[in-house]
Amino acid sequence: MRTDDLIKALDADASSKAMPLRSAWWMAAGAAVVIAAAVFLLTIGPRPDFMAAAHTMRFLSKFVFTIVLAVSAFALIRALSTPGASTGRAMAWMAAAPMLVAVAVLLELFMVPEALWGTRMVGNNMMICMGFIPLIGIGPLAIFLWMLRYGAPTRPVLAGAVAGLLAGGLAATFYAAHCFDDSPLFVATWYTIAIAALALLGALGGRFFVRW
Amino acid sequence: MSGKDEAELSRLMRAAIAGDEKAYADFLHRIAALVRGFVRRKIVQGGVDPEDVVQETLLAIHVKRHTWRQDAPVLPWIYAIARFKLIDAFRRRGRRIEIDVDDIAETFAEPETETVSERDINRALDSLSPAQRSVVSAVSVEGRSIGETAAKFGISETAVRVSLHRGLAAIAKRFGQGRFGRE
Repeated sequence: MRTDDLIKALDADASSKAMPLRSAWWMAAGAAVVIAAAVFLLTIGPRPDFMAAAHTMRFLSKFVFTIVLAVSAFALIRALSTPGASTGRAMAWMAAAPMLVAVAVLLELFMVPEALWGTRMVGNNMMICMGFIPLIGIGPLAIFLWMLRYGAPTRPVLAGAVAGLLAGGLAATFYAAHCFDDSPLFVATWYTIAIAALALLGALGGRFFVRW
Repeated sequence: MSGKDEAELSRLMRAAIAGDEKAYADFLHRIAALVRGFVRRKIVQGGVDPEDVVQETLLAIHVKRHTWRQDAPVLPWIYAIARFKLIDAFRRRGRRIEIDVDDIAETFAEPETETVSERDINRALDSLSPAQRSVVSAVSVEGRSIGETAAKFGISETAVRVSLHRGLAAIAKRFGQGRFGRE
C-alpha cells in the first residue's frame, strides 16, 4: 500500500471520535478512587478512633505524604502519556513526597528517645500494611495501565512505574485511615516497600502491556 | 521546521478535529513529508525501510490524535511519535536478525515472495478479517469514497465507517505489538 493510499483511508476515518486524553485521565482518576474506596470499606475500613486521631500531627502527616505522592504522580503520568509534553517540572515534583517523609523522619528521631526507634519502626501492622496497600492499589493500577494504553507514552516502562506510584499513593491514603502506626519511621519503611511493589508491578505492566 | 509550519499544522489539525476532512488530508500529506525527511536523515544504513516508519507514524498519529492538546504545539507531538516509531523499528530489526536464517531459507525456496515494494502494512492488512480488509482496501488502494464502498459491497455507510475504523485500529495495534502476520 502506498503512503498516499494510506492517507486516503485515514482521511475517510477522520470523523471517528475519541475522548480527549485529558478528560479521560480525570474520569480514570475518579473511577480509581471509587474502586479503592470500595475495596477499603469492604475489607479493613477506617480505624474506630478516626475522629480523635485526626487531631494528632502524626496521623495527619501520613495523609500529607500519600496525597502529595498521588497528586505529583498524577501530574507526571498525564505528561508521560502525551507525546512531546515536557515532563521536567512534574518529574521534579516527584521528589516532594520523599523529602517530606525524610523531614518527618528526622523530626521523629529528635523527638522520640532512641530506645523507642525500633518499636516505632516495626509497629504492629507491617504485614497488614504490606498486604492491603497493594490490594487496595491493584484495581487503580489496572485502570491507570489501561489509560496508558489509551494514551501514547513514549517511555512505557517509566510511565508504568509512575502508574504504580500513583496507585500506591492513592491506596496508601486509604490505608493510612485504618492503620494505628502513625510514626514517620513506620511510614518511611513499610509504606515505601508496599508502594515500591506496586511501582515494580506497574513497570512490568508498562513493559509488556502498554504497547501502541 | 519553522514557526510558520507549526502555526499552519496546528490550524489544520484543529480544523480536522472539528470535522474538516479536507484539512485533515492536507495535514496528513504535510506530516508525511516532514516525517519522511526526519526518518531518512536518521536511517543511515539499510535494514529499516523509511517508508514503513512513515506509514506506522501516520497510523499512530491518526489513532492517537486524542492525545494532542489543542493548546499545545503540534510539531513536538508529531516528532515524539515519529521518534518512538523509529526506535521501535530499529528494535524490531534487532529481533528479526535472529529469525533471519529462516527468512533466507524461505527466500531461496520462493524468491518471489519478498519484493522491494512489499510493505509491513500489507502484511498487517492481510491479517484483518475479510470484511475489514476489503473495506480498507476499497477506500485506500482503490480510492473509493465511503458511499461508493457501501454501494460496492451492498452495506450501509455506517457499516463501512465501522469496518474502516476497526480495521485501521487493528493495523495500528499490530504495529504496536511488532507483529505483521508472519511470526
